[in-house]
Amino acid sequence: MKRTIITVVGKDTVGIIAKVCTYLADNNVNILDISQTIVQGFFNMMMVTDATRSPKNGAQIAEELEAVGKEIGVVIRCQHEDIFNMMHRI
Amino acid sequence: MINIFEVNETNKMITQENLDVRTITLGISLLDCIDSDLKKLNEKIYRKITTVAKDLVPTGQAIEKEYGIPIVNKRISVTPIALVGGSACRCPEDFVTIARTLDRAAHEVGVNFLGGYSALVSKGMTQADDFLIRSIPQALAATERVCSSVNVGSTKTGIDMDAVRLLGDIILQTAELTKEEDSLGCAKLVVFCNAPDDNPFMAGAFHGVTEADAVINVGVSGPGVVKHALTEVRGADFETLCETIKKTAFKVTRVGQLVAQEASRRLGVPFGIIDLSLAPTPAIGDSVADILCEIGLEHAGAPGTTAALALLNDQVKKGGVMASSYVGGLSGAFIPVSEDQGMIDAVKAGALSLEKLEAMTCVCSVGLDMIAVPGDTKATTISGIIADEMAIGMVNQKTTAVRIIPVIGKGVGETVEFGGLLGYAPIMPVNQFSCDAFVNRRGRIPAPIHSFKN
Repeated sequence: MKRTIITVVGKDTVGIIAKVCTYLADNNVNILDISQTIVQGFFNMMMVTDATRSPKNGAQIAEELEAVGKEIGVVIRCQHEDIFNMMHRI
Repeated sequence: MINIFEVNETNKMITQENLDVRTITLGISLLDCIDSDLKKLNEKIYRKITTVAKDLVPTGQAIEKEYGIPIVNKRISVTPIALVGGSACRCPEDFVTIARTLDRAAHEVGVNFLGGYSALVSKGMTQADDFLIRSIPQALAATERVCSSVNVGSTKTGIDMDAVRLLGDIILQTAELTKEEDSLGCAKLVVFCNAPDDNPFMAGAFHGVTEADAVINVGVSGPGVVKHALTEVRGADFETLCETIKKTAFKVTRVGQLVAQEASRRLGVPFGIIDLSLAPTPAIGDSVADILCEIGLEHAGAPGTTAALALLNDQVKKGGVMASSYVGGLSGAFIPVSEDQGMIDAVKAGALSLEKLEAMTCVCSVGLDMIAVPGDTKATTISGIIADEMAIGMVNQKTTAVRIIPVIGKGVGETVEFGGLLGYAPIMPVNQFSCDAFVNRRGRIPAPIHSFKN
């Protein structure tokens, strides 16, 4: 399974999750887990997703999500989960 | 499963604290290109590099995007050219043609530096070594991306003082030939003692003869991350200080290990080593000197600097070693002057001298690095500085290096601008007393007693 971590950080506004989820649904990326908080008025979300069945590769998804983020004024990063596993798990 | 705090910690390191993988360096053996016909040799070298490394840059970029970690440089190191060109080159100018070929290949595959225009002469020079060394000024002036290094000593063999003397002249000639660009050529030339075969960092990278046909070596960085972690434990005892550096170094190195494995898998090239180095850049917040200040010094160079650096270097290794299966290269804290804003500030403030830097090189990797000195410095003085640094490496069984830039037409108090990752530097004063009679002796310094371990 090709698991990726998507993080969204920015000023809270209507429709952030909707916008991200629409993109993921359109590209056949399955959402496994979502956690979300508001820290000092800033929207902070993390999603664990499975992109195994997506026709696009990780780099493409990351690029396109970044563009989606720019449209709605938030920073969206999509990274392979291994970078976090390597750093935080022995 | 990974939680949001861990994810945010990693991303904060990347976006705010300059965490990056400093370089993926693809080592390529050119031994199979050897030919006694110079034209054929050049063709074979060009073909081999552009074939083996054709996917290096795009692969690096894909990994960057997929994992969200910047990989600042993609580079190539090759077999020391003195060995490769030995049978084809009859004069220094012949070697320069190889330098041009290497430069062309580097442009073709899109790497920003290619290292290995090198000679290994720790005990003596062959005719080819001598030609190569004499061709360095022209080679560095005629090319943009080629880096050169010469290993002039080792713990096992002692120091080749004939090469040290020659290099004093060569460095000045290189400075002279590139004086229009503030003697930039010298920034691409390193003199080593105990040079490692698998160093991924420029300008000293070359692909040693003990290596496989091709290999991926990765250099990690992250002084900003260590500095930030230390701000959280300000005033704490040494144990806490060391633990914090160690844990941070572990995390930084794990990212390097991941990138190295992934690059190795995608390129189909074996993984060599991770170089656990704290490599600064001129960017604000990416400074090793700032870590020393955070440990408790007003400026790098203040009393206590050598001890603080020794501690830092050791903890980086202790944390990093567990994070990777294979560690090698230079592995330690780099203290280049022009590439580190905190070092530049320390020199400007008068806190840091050439002599203090020399003391610091006893306890860290690598050596006197990116130091600008007046253009009228004598060749024998440069040789003397090199000899001192080589002696530190030889006796302490560690790698030491000298990358010194006599800036033609400039003197103490002036500033020199190299641009990009090479940064800028205030010109430092050099001890004016002569060492001519010492440097002009012939022969070599014997290996130290503790090298006889058999």
